[in-house]
Amino acid sequence: MKILVGYKRVVDYNVRIQVKSDGSGVVTDGVKLSANPFDDIALEEALRLREKGVAEEVIVVGIGPADLTAHLRNGLAMGANRAIHVVTTDAVQPLTAARVFLKLIEKEQPGLFIVGKQAIDDDANQTGQMLAALWDRPQATFAGKIDVSIESGATGKVTVTREVDAGLEVIEAELPAVITTDLRLNEPRFIKLPDIMKAKSKPIDSIEFASLGVEAHDHLKTTHYAAPAKRSKGVMVKDAAELVAVLKQKGLL
Amino acid sequence: MSKILVIAEHLDGKLNPSTARAVSAAIAVKPEAIDVLVLGDSVDAIAADAAMIEGVSRVLTVARAENAHPLAAVLAPQIAKAADGYSHVFAPSTTFGKDVAPRVAALLGVAQVSDVMSVEASHTFKRPIYAGNAIITVEANADHAVVATIRTASWPAANSGSNSAPIEALTLDVTLPTHTRFIELKQGSSDRPDLQSAGKVVSGGRGVGSKENFEIIYKFADKIGAAVGASRAAVDAGYVPNEMQVGQTGKIIAPALYMAIGISGAIQHLTGIKDAGTIVAINKDGEAPIFEIADIGLVGDLFKIIPELEQTLG
Ligand SMILES: Cc1cc2nc3c(=O)[nH]c(=O)nc-3n(C[C@@H](O)[C@H](O)[C@H](O)COP(=O)(O)OP(=O)(O)OC[C@H]3O[C@@H](n4cnc5c(N)ncnc54)[C@H](O)[C@@H]3O)c2cc1C
Ligand SMILES: Cc1cc2nc3c(=O)[nH]c(=O)nc-3n(C[C@H](O)[C@H](O)[C@H](O)COP(=O)(O)OP(=O)(O)OC[C@H]3O[C@@H](n4cnc5c(N)ncnc54)[C@H](O)[C@@H]3O)c2cc1C
Repeated sequence: MKILVGYKRVVDYNVRIQVKSDGSGVVTDGVKLSANPFDDIALEEALRLREKGVAEEVIVVGIGPADLTAHLRNGLAMGANRAIHVVTTDAVQPLTAARVFLKLIEKEQPGLFIVGKQAIDDDANQTGQMLAALWDRPQATFAGKIDVSIESGATGKVTVTREVDAGLEVIEAELPAVITTDLRLNEPRFIKLPDIMKAKSKPIDSIEFASLGVEAHDHLKTTHYAAPAKRSKGVMVKDAAELVAVLKQKGLL
Repeated sequence: MSKILVIAEHLDGKLNPSTARAVSAAIAVKPEAIDVLVLGDSVDAIAADAAMIEGVSRVLTVARAENAHPLAAVLAPQIAKAADGYSHVFAPSTTFGKDVAPRVAALLGVAQVSDVMSVEASHTFKRPIYAGNAIITVEANADHAVVATIRTASWPAANSGSNSAPIEALTLDVTLPTHTRFIELKQGSSDRPDLQSAGKVVSGGRGVGSKENFEIIYKFADKIGAAVGASRAAVDAGYVPNEMQVGQTGKIIAPALYMAIGISGAIQHLTGIKDAGTIVAINKDGEAPIFEIADIGLVGDLFKIIPELEQTLG
């Protein structure tokens, strides 16, 4: 079977985000961009499934402007067989991203679509669930462990351990299905120099967003960006006794 | 006028307190009605609890064997059907709500507002992005339903007790998928207060050093009646189970007292505690970033300080 992987480029998680003083957005000029950490985990899992013989082909998918190809090359260097680049200069909201992914599913007929549980820029945590709804297929969100058993082609089932508030939930789903990754699913491999060379010859299929016939109207309008309220600077205490005294005085102990 | 449907979260026949927090957010919209929807196999006790929450107009129940466990693929088509006639559908921003709400939104063909922190107007909300490093104001299209998840740490639980809203059973004509099956839930058993609703939380980080050493955190937490949390590093290292993780990708909490012990204060961790009343940091490194946001800081070795704290408390 084929596995499609959502591979989004975001501001690197080490960057301290600054809100523009006029409230029109956050400063993204010149900041370091990287793969969404959850998407690296999604790709790693797909590659491991291919290495186990469960999948034959792993395809990374990105939606974004022309320069996204450099980012998709990283996915290819990590080991994906090929990439699909849906080209648009507009920011796409999760419902639109899910509709785009559904179009790609119709063409590629994957057994699994793996995405990150959330992208660390907008922290929406929606795209995978929306895709599963539109596709009318199972969803296994916040995956910490995945076991796939294939019957033939793209049919079979997947058993997923999900990280939920109450603990660990195990569910079983028929393929094809959507999985969203949590942090402890795996540790993504590092890209090695020869892989970067090899990735240069791997195909990236470019598709104009407009050619997909996806409704692009976005339902949510962001009208203002603000920096979060700052906590005021605290006090230092010298020892345990003073700490207890301060907490008692505040009525906290 | 607005009419809001709040999706109840429950486990083992008990209503989760996150539901009453979502009701608070619903009240802030100043709607004409707030109905709570309970989907389960046996719903009576849960519905009775929900009916007591102030501000609730009606409790609607759907009792079906298929609803025994909260599978999003099974619940979402029922919620989407029940949502007919409502201007808003709210769910708590817990793993339950995060799983099911986007599926409902997609079935309704509408966008979702995730992690609502405040209600500015009936269709205007504030929510965090970039791990809480920016707060955006978003406007949803008023022509169709708004699906939103409610950031529980931003909302107090609506009071409970004085209300007795009517409870009505709904029959929804929807075929449910059978492609997804619940196998089991492995719950950490604990007599300690629940991390998400506790007034006091003591968290340990990588500095605690091992699973065995974590006993000292548990012991101290028990002494002051606190819930226990952890950093991702402590979870990844296997000191504690995943459900104890606090932060951007763990639990977002707002206790009156939060004590971070052997935790450096990475942005992703701080996201989870921004709304805590008083943050105490104990760390042997005086330069640790946790001290920049702590209300009370104490530099020193946790293995020395915690026993001293216990001693002082007597
Ligand atoms: C500079 C900049 C400015 C922006 N301005 C706005 C704005 O003004 N208003 C606004 O609403 N949004 C804006 N966005 C971002 C917005 O378009 C998000 O991409 C969109 O809302 C999706 O949210 P999410 O990624 O948090 O979704 P999530 O549901 O959190 O994403 C989950 C997973 O879905 C997959 N996925 C989602 N999107 C993509 C993608 N494009 N390519 C590949 N995989 C994907 C990934 O696997 C990801 O891990 C901006 C983004 C950038 C970089
Ligand atoms: C996408 C993403 C999501 C993430 N989500 C989360 C999240 O939800 N929650 C989270 O917590 N992290 C999260 N992280 C990880 C985060 O970046 C940090 O790596 C993590 O929080 C560090 O945990 P820590 O503070 O316990 O460990 P460290 O950073 O290693 O800090 C340990 C601290 O203990 C102190 N110490 C050591 N020994 C002692 C002693 N004897 N006495 C006193 N102090 C001592 C040290 O001085 C140090 O400050 C995420 C990361 C990414 C990339």
